[in-house]
Order: sequence, then C-alpha cells, then structure tokens
Amino acid sequence: MSGHSTYEPKYAAERWIDKRLPIIRFGVDFMHFPSPRNLNYWYAFGAILSLCLIAQIITGVILAMHYTPHVDLAFDSIQRIKRDVPFGWLLQPMHAVGASMFFFAVYVHMFRGLFYGSYKAPRELLWIIGCLIYLAMMATAFLGYTLPWGQMSFWGATVITGFFGAIPIVGESLQYWLLGGYSVGAPTLNRFFSLHYLLPFVIFALVFLHVWAVHHVGQNNPIGVEPKSEEDTLSFHPYYTMKDAFAIAVFLLIFALFVFYLPDALGHSDNYIKANPMVTPEHIVPEWYFLPFYAILRAVPSKLLGIILMFGAIVVLFILPWLDTARVKSMRFRPVTKWFFIIFVIACFVLGWCGAHAPSDIAIPIGENGMTFKTVSRIATLYYFGFFLLILPIMGWIEKTKPVPESITKAVLAGEA
Amino acid sequence: MLNKFGKKIAIVTGLSMALLAGAGMVQASEKGSLPRIKWGFQGPFGTYDRAAMQRGYQVYKEVCSSCHGVDHLAFYHLGEKGGPFYDPEHPNPNDNKVVKALAKDWEVTDIDQDSGDEITRPAIPADKFPKPFPNAIAAAASNGGAVPPDLSVIVSAREGGADYVHGILTEYDLEKEAPEGTYFNAAFPGNKIKMPPPLADGAVEYMDGTEATLEQMSRDVTEFLAWAADPKMEVRKKTGFATMIFLFIFSLLLFMTYKQVWKGVEH
Amino acid sequence: MSDEVIHDGEDEPTRRDFIYIATAATAAVGAGALAWPLINQMSAAADTLAASSVEIDLSKVERGQQIKVLWRGKPIFVRNRTDKEIEMADQVDISELRDPQKDEERFVPMPNGKINRHMLVMIGVCTHFGCIPIGEQGKAHPTSHYGGWYCPCHGSEYDTSGRIRLGPAPRNLDIPPYKYISDSIIKVG
Repeated sequence: MSGHSTYEPKYAAERWIDKRLPIIRFGVDFMHFPSPRNLNYWYAFGAILSLCLIAQIITGVILAMHYTPHVDLAFDSIQRIKRDVPFGWLLQPMHAVGASMFFFAVYVHMFRGLFYGSYKAPRELLWIIGCLIYLAMMATAFLGYTLPWGQMSFWGATVITGFFGAIPIVGESLQYWLLGGYSVGAPTLNRFFSLHYLLPFVIFALVFLHVWAVHHVGQNNPIGVEPKSEEDTLSFHPYYTMKDAFAIAVFLLIFALFVFYLPDALGHSDNYIKANPMVTPEHIVPEWYFLPFYAILRAVPSKLLGIILMFGAIVVLFILPWLDTARVKSMRFRPVTKWFFIIFVIACFVLGWCGAHAPSDIAIPIGENGMTFKTVSRIATLYYFGFFLLILPIMGWIEKTKPVPESITKAVLAGEA
Repeated sequence: MLNKFGKKIAIVTGLSMALLAGAGMVQASEKGSLPRIKWGFQGPFGTYDRAAMQRGYQVYKEVCSSCHGVDHLAFYHLGEKGGPFYDPEHPNPNDNKVVKALAKDWEVTDIDQDSGDEITRPAIPADKFPKPFPNAIAAAASNGGAVPPDLSVIVSAREGGADYVHGILTEYDLEKEAPEGTYFNAAFPGNKIKMPPPLADGAVEYMDGTEATLEQMSRDVTEFLAWAADPKMEVRKKTGFATMIFLFIFSLLLFMTYKQVWKGVEH
Repeated sequence: MSDEVIHDGEDEPTRRDFIYIATAATAAVGAGALAWPLINQMSAAADTLAASSVEIDLSKVERGQQIKVLWRGKPIFVRNRTDKEIEMADQVDISELRDPQKDEERFVPMPNGKINRHMLVMIGVCTHFGCIPIGEQGKAHPTSHYGGWYCPCHGSEYDTSGRIRLGPAPRNLDIPPYKYISDSIIKVG
C-alpha cells in the first residue's frame, strides 16, 4: 500500500527543508496513511506498544541516573530511589510495572496477528521482525530483572545463564565468558546493566523497520481482504490516531491502577531480600511473562531437551508464515481452525499457570495421586507445538473455509467487517 | 458500540484478574497460619496510624534494634511527611526537635577529623540508623547461626507482609516441642524459628501511656515497619486517586472525540 | 468517501470543536503533570538535603584555634579569634579594600542580639578560582602580611577578618548562611 506522497509544501521554509530532507513529508504521509476502515480495538496495540517502549526508555534513562550497578550498592541504590530521590517512588514502579504492561500488550498484539493471519504473504518479514523484537524484549527484561540484585534477580540469572552451560562442547566456555567468572557476580551485574541500557535502542531500530514494513505492505484487517480501492480505507489521522488515543487512555488506567495501588502485585516478595549466593529461595520463579516458557523448560526431564524445547517454542514463531498453508488469512472465515486457536490461547494460559508452580505439585486432584503440574505442562506443550507444526499445516489443506467478502467496503455495508 | 467497548473492558479486566490470581497463587504456596488483621494502611485510601508508628518506633529501638538493623532508614526519614514524627511547622527534618532528640539517643561510628581514628558519636538526623553488627558473619555468630533479617524492608520481603510480621511476633507456642536452639512459631514456614520470643507483656513502657501488651506492641511495631518498608504509600495512593480521576475523564473525552471524528463514517 | 466532515459556519465554535478543544486542553494538562516528575527527579534527593545543613558547637573551638567543617562539599572555617586579631581587623582602612566591608558586618548576631567577634565563620574557599586558603595567623606562610589566610594557587592573601588584601581574588571570603540556634551552637545552611 505504499502509494505516492500527498504532501504539498505550502511555505518557502517547508520547501527548503523538503528539498534537503523530506522529514515533514515523512510525517505528513504517516498521518495520512490509508488504513483499512474496519480495524477494531485489537489493532490499537501497535500504538500502545510504541508508547510502552518510549515510556520504558524515558523512565529507564532517568532511573539510570540514580542506580549503581555494583553488587554491594545496587539493592541500596534502588531503595534510595524509592525513598530519597524526588518522585523516585513513582518512577521505579512505572518502570517495573511498565515492563509487565509491555509484555501484556505484546502478547495481545501477537495473538491478534495469529488470529487475523497478519503473518501471511506479503507480511512474512513484518512478522519475523516482530519476532526479533519479541526476542530482544525478552533479553532486555531478563537483564533488567537482575539489576535490583534481589534473591530472584540473582538466582534467576544463575538459572538462565546455566542454560548456556548445557550446550555441548562450547557450553562451559560460553557460560564463563558470559558471566565474566565462575558464577553470577559483580562482573555479570555490571555488563548486564550495560546491555540492558543498549538493547532498548536495538528494539527501537527494529520497531522502525517493523513500522516501515507495515507501511510498505499496508495493514492487515479483520477480514483479511486487502483494500481494493480508496473506499476501503481511511486516513490514519484523525480516524485511527483518535481511536488509538482512546485505547491508550484505557491502557493507562490499568497501568495507573498497578503503579499506584498494586506496585508489587506482579513481582515476587523474595526480590526484596538482598541477593545471597549461599541461600537459594524455595521456589525460583521468573516474572509472569516468562512463565509459559518456564513450564515448557521443566516439562521434560532432560536439561538439554528442555532448553531446546523452550527456545524451540520461540523459533517456531519465526517459521510460522511457512507452516500455515491456508489461503484465507482471517480465522473469522476458518471456523474449525478458530477453535484450535482458542484452545491454543488457553494452552498458553495453562502453561503460564504451570510455570508458577513446582512441577511435582498436584495441579488437578483426579485419579489416584492427582495430576502433577509436570503432566499438565507436557500436555499443554504438546498442544503448543502440535498447533504450529501439525494443526496449522493440515487445517490449511483440509478445512472448508467460509466465503470471504469481496472487499472491505462490501463487508462493512453488510455489517460483517 | 457498547458491546465492543464492554467486551474490551471485560477482557482487560479478566486478564488483569488472571494475572493477579496467578500472582496470588504463587504466594499461596507456602504459608504458615497467619491471623488476618484489618490494617488501617491497607486499601486504596489507607493511611498509617501516626501514634501506632511512634509506639512501634519505641519497640524497635528498645527491643529489636539490638539484633535487627534497618539499613535503608535514616533518622531524617522519621521527620518526613507521612513519617512517625513529622512536624508540619518544621517540614525539614533537620529542624525537627523531636527527630534531633531521638537521633541523639543513638551512637553511630564516624572518623575523627584530625586523627582518622574510628570513633562513635551521637547521631544527627542526616545519619542512617546504625547497624547492630558490622557484617553478616558477626550477625550470624551472635544469633545461633541465623542472620536476623533487615527490618526496613521485611514487610515487603515476606509473603503475607504485615500479617506475617505480626504473626511471627504473636504466634509463638512455647508449649509445643522444638529442637534445641529453636522455638515453635505457627506463622513461620516450617514452624521452627531461631529467634526467641522477643516480646512479652510490659516489655516496653510506652511514652503515651498505652498499655504495652504483647498484642499491642506487635501491632505497633508492625505499623512502624510497614511504614519503614513503604514510606511513600500515602502520597502514592493520594496521587493515584487524582491520576485515576484524571485518566477517567481523559478517557471519556477521548471517547467522545473518537465518536465525533467517526460520525457518519461506516465501519 | 474517506473524510466526511460536516462544516458548520466556520466562524462559530461548534460542539465538535468544543470536544476537540476540551480534549486537547486535558491532554496538555496531563502532559505537564507527567513532565514535572521527570524533570524534578534530578533535583537534590532527601539524603543530599539532609546533609545540606550542619550544626557546629562553637564551644569546642578554643581561643586562637580554627576548625574546618565539611558543608555541602566545601570547608567551613570556624576561627576563635584572639583579641589581637580583632584589633588588627579594626585597624584596617576600609576605603583601601577591594571589597569594602567592616569587620562587624561579617558576623551574624547571637540570640541576645549581640555580635561575638571572636567567632569568625567563613566558607574556606578562595573567591578567585576555588582553592582552599591556608590559615594560621603568620605561621602558614612567611610572607603572609595580613595575619590571615594565604591561597597557594595564585597568591591571594586575606586579613584577620577574611577580607581580600592582595592577589587576584575579587571578593572577601564568603560568609555562609548561618544562624545561632543556641548561645554556642550555630546551624549552617
């Protein structure tokens, strides 16, 4: 949908700039970008995510003015931020809760993409860049969580860096290089701080590519039929700027609810205990947004296989455009696949629930001894991979899809957009 | 229209609930039995009880401070807005007579300006509370191998928070058996705590004349420690209220703007 | 049919404009409220402010002695001047001074309203480029002509009242903001 520019510079100053660097043109074209007229609120999360990134960068840079990345001082410096730094009591929870909101939004954004087939041609690269952003977000969040140097920070870092040790042949050297020593310690913390500061700007660059890609091919829409004429679209501004602004305001309400009233609800109380290499917490748990992967990791007995499966769960996302064989984009018109998708979403929640518990604990009290979380994790993990590797390819071939509307406008007029 | 809007709210609320439930579930895994108390500082409009905090400070000083530090607290924190000894006429804690007097009761280490030797001197508001032990090893050695945890974050650092701290203080049962060097405590996970019961009726003589029962002292010191872990709670909740009102109005205005912009457009 | 906007009379603010203006105004207020903490967080923190004032017990300073106390990262000179030093300060012709100031003007009154000219409290930072002058009347530097302080960096010399007499410094040694909170204790800052 990358049409020609509609910008006509009015003033001499504008023309002067436009001739040398078309940045105003860039901005104007962005605002006037023809967007499908049937986008629903699920499509607001892209804008919400941009806001999350900016907010995390701003609060992060500010916190970095007061934080000290040394093992003896890190925990204390954050307490100082919360107690002594003007508005530190607000900035620190904004950053911590902001990370959770960022992941909440990215999961909604990804589920939206799955449902409407936004990863299908010609949007494969757009989807892959999105997966890269997701990977970078996970790395950033992991690095950031170690910085408070609480018990969970330290032991979470120990567990995750331990993964690298499991890689055959090069594993131990790689882990030694990563840690800067034989275990998580002062060199580790310092370099994690540096990388945590760096990665968000890598994300920023990836987001730039992501937005460029979506502007080049045009946005997908709920019926998965590409816009055929001008009638099918609306100017991004003011239609979607105002719709996104409203969605952002509601998002901010939830954000504020957590920041002001429940700042520690999404965290773990053990992280208020200073890191102690001599004492392991009873349950090492990552933040909620990593729980599904944690469940997959612990579902299998083999350490290496668990790590492979865990990373595999992310890798499988990258190849999704080639796994799904359906010609129809939107699951609105794929009635059976739609149900498999709904079960997939449930499986993700189930994995998250499992990740929060010890594998040997009883999840469902049925049968003689009850079903453990390990068993439930295995079932959900099987479904997770089955959905991508079996269900999507097979359903694409065999499903009889519902008739797809001819155009967006026709669907809108029929009340089906 | 209402349907879509309502659906969005429902989904978002549902997800938030699920998140909270998930978080709650992690925390529910290992609890001793805790008596549940309706603390005045809980809830969206909670505030700290100033008199209780002052009494709690006295309990901390006279009972707990010999073993437990409050590393993140300084004396000037006591005189800040929301703190136990705040004086509206002297908002700067350095001018607060009570804070200055309380600080003087403590000895802190310092360096002699001429000789460089280590000395001790009475504390001033700018000082942090002194540590009872110079390091963790000394702390453990004096306490049967267990390090007494820092109390300035204890309410945040334990599942159950204030209920947990209060429970530890009140749930000793000396009738029950416990191995040498430990005591039975129903609130402590595993029930065998190394700390001997720190409080007994009359352990402290309150300055305001309140009867110092075990229960009273437990509640008071918990109130003080709740403040110590989260001194900005009151300003946070107040600001939150204003922010939520603002965002609610702003959302409404944006919704009306959105409706106005889309008026007459089929979608 | 991409934009359907109904135009009322352009000169009259319509209901539509009111909503837009109200929303924009609210957004501006919100942006301001959000920006304030982001900017203010760089101001001095509570621990810095707590250390920003210091109380000095003057009774600890013997006659003829000087102590140095750290205040906001700078030294405060508290000198218990001898009668001779006060005499020397009074004998100076004010009109000759680069920074004319009578000796008694460099003191803050005690609680009883009187001025104790024995207790000289100054910021021990040379007003030229910020080095710390060397004190001790006559003893620090053999060529210290004025009985007070000598700055080794560029040769500024101050008299027994801390006034600039020789060398490049433009001002007398500054007097910090202080007040007596009792007969013998001052609070600086």
